[in-house]
Amino acid sequence: MQFGFLLEQVVNGLVLGGYYLLIALGLSLIFSVGGIVNLAHGAFYALGAYISVGITKFLGFGPAVVLSPVAVALLGILFERFILRRFYDADPILSLLVTFGLAMVTEQAIRILWGAPPISAAIPQAFRGSVFLGDFLFSRYRLLILAVVAAVLVGVWLLLHKTSFGRVVRAGIQRPDMVAALGIRLQPYMTAIVMLGVGMAALGGAFFAPITIVHPAMGAEIITVAFVVVVIGGLGSFWGVVIAALLVGVVRGITIHFAPAAGEASIYVLMFLVLLVRPRGLLGERIEKFE
Amino acid sequence: MTRYSRRTLLKAGAAFAGASAIGSPAILSAQAARIKIGHLVPLTGFLGAIGSYAQLGVKMAAEEINASGGIMGKQIDLMSEDSVNPATASTKAQRMIEQDGAVLLFGEISSASSLTIMQVAERNKKVFFSTGARSDALRGKDCNRYSFHCDIPNTVMVNAVGTALKQKGMVKGKKFVTLTADYIFGHDLLKAAKAFFSANDATLIGDELIATDVTDFSPYLLKVRQAKPDVVCCNLAGNQVTNLVKQYAEFGLPYPLVGFNLNTGDAWAMGEGNLSGTWPTVWYHTLDNPASKAFVEAFTKKYGKPPENHAWIEYITLKMIAQAITETKSTESDALIGYFEKQTQFDIMKARKAYFRSWDHQLVQEAYPFTVKPKGEMKDKWDMLVLGEAVPAAGAELESIYPTKTQNPCNMKA
Repeated sequence: MQFGFLLEQVVNGLVLGGYYLLIALGLSLIFSVGGIVNLAHGAFYALGAYISVGITKFLGFGPAVVLSPVAVALLGILFERFILRRFYDADPILSLLVTFGLAMVTEQAIRILWGAPPISAAIPQAFRGSVFLGDFLFSRYRLLILAVVAAVLVGVWLLLHKTSFGRVVRAGIQRPDMVAALGIRLQPYMTAIVMLGVGMAALGGAFFAPITIVHPAMGAEIITVAFVVVVIGGLGSFWGVVIAALLVGVVRGITIHFAPAAGEASIYVLMFLVLLVRPRGLLGERIEKFE
Repeated sequence: MTRYSRRTLLKAGAAFAGASAIGSPAILSAQAARIKIGHLVPLTGFLGAIGSYAQLGVKMAAEEINASGGIMGKQIDLMSEDSVNPATASTKAQRMIEQDGAVLLFGEISSASSLTIMQVAERNKKVFFSTGARSDALRGKDCNRYSFHCDIPNTVMVNAVGTALKQKGMVKGKKFVTLTADYIFGHDLLKAAKAFFSANDATLIGDELIATDVTDFSPYLLKVRQAKPDVVCCNLAGNQVTNLVKQYAEFGLPYPLVGFNLNTGDAWAMGEGNLSGTWPTVWYHTLDNPASKAFVEAFTKKYGKPPENHAWIEYITLKMIAQAITETKSTESDALIGYFEKQTQFDIMKARKAYFRSWDHQLVQEAYPFTVKPKGEMKDKWDMLVLGEAVPAAGAELESIYPTKTQNPCNMKA
């Protein structure tokens, strides 16, 4: 029976990992291509949640989770075009500062627009309750999230590995100079990557709004875990981030099973151990421009 | 924005220089004409949402007092800041007294931060009104002469909900699992809960301590399901209550969820159909008495939403302080402490008047258990609670639901 309970925590951890993945994958892509540590990533997650809750009131949940990431991705164009673009070649400390500042500005903007108290959001009626598979308990809504994450993952993988767009992006990660020498401008690709990254963060926000508290500082809460996932997974590696996200979810679940109070600490211990053995993260590649 | 001409600026500069030339007495008297009050409340973190309601309440009280001529003709200068965490709260409290000239301090929701501000108050011999912290220990082993406690303590919340649960037959012989916030407040609440369980033949079969930064409760909910309790009991605080209730509804566990702590601001953020069970509250905007109704109407008119319980408690606290300063004609700590220790009665918008108990400085007042209103009966999105009968019941002593001297001893140094 003990084993069954543990397995349940593992499966639940995988689902949770999927949700971390939505945030972390974008963060990793933006860093890998542009060399920018986007501390404002959580702000887009929060915007995604707020916009989705707003749209849900008028059009219902389905349209909201589609329109909200699209809206945030469009904001991403402005973000890349007018802010990030100036910092690709600059001292990294500058991009850290500017994205950190943007995160604070966004949080305050949310306070001004929607108010400081949290806003309420509920799961659509059709996805309430849980499903039993044998003795396993699954939240019906989390299964939906899992399906969405899987679909996004497949989509992003195909985009990066099976299209000419993806080839340029991957080449741009390793040798931007060579890409430039071949006469390809990386900037439009970077715009697309930022749109994709912040759009995924917003998708995470939209799907998590009904099961977590929607308040102005929600972005700051998620960003730390997302960074831990990226660091554990290693930069530049698609599968590294995927494995790390799932690992973080599972390790947290198992720790909570045995030592509930240590649940949040466990993911940092995991990061520490991984970095001891593999300083570039699990599947991190050697990227010349960052060495 | 008003635009000033260069000439106006020049005049202002001349006036300022002139005032400085006359010397410091002018400036001193200008300062003395205002009463500076330091106010700290968490505006960020897991208690930030309810803290923002608290700030609205205190601002409204200060504006009303100032509009009616201030206290003894002096305007109140309310310095209100984010207390952030226990360490920052203590630093800011010290700065407010030392550099900004605060004559007294008040506010706070976190029991951990409140404890550090209490220490600052004692060190500086300034009065501190802790408005939202609920840990019993603050009134017991950690009490001091300069600190007063306005919100109901943990024991009262447990008694309020416990009484309602007993009436529903949900205590005797039942198995409980608790989910507890892992800091002073939660530990303290768990202690009170355990005392209640053992006094009423209930068993505690599982207890999960949860760090205050947890936002995903799914692993804990799986453990609850494994324990198969009769009742699940939430001892969390702030945002975490909202998160737990939302995710509890998401998983649809069959065990009733009750809680020994809830603030209405957190309940309002939960989303339709998520909250159920029996919970405690210190005040709710639907309370039926004239003073409460007038306050709710004025607040709603000003801010476009009804007051949350922290807005109410901050409002009445500043009004009590103003009354004390007016009647003692003093902002000196000893005079104020003496005034409140006389157990002066205050109308705090409830059926019965309240007073600060002299030996532990607890504001003794009624509390209420509540259940959740069915959706069809809600007048608006704020109207979601059905208040139970006030505890203690009409005939009983107000203090009967509060911890006694032996249960929660407080030794104040003179």
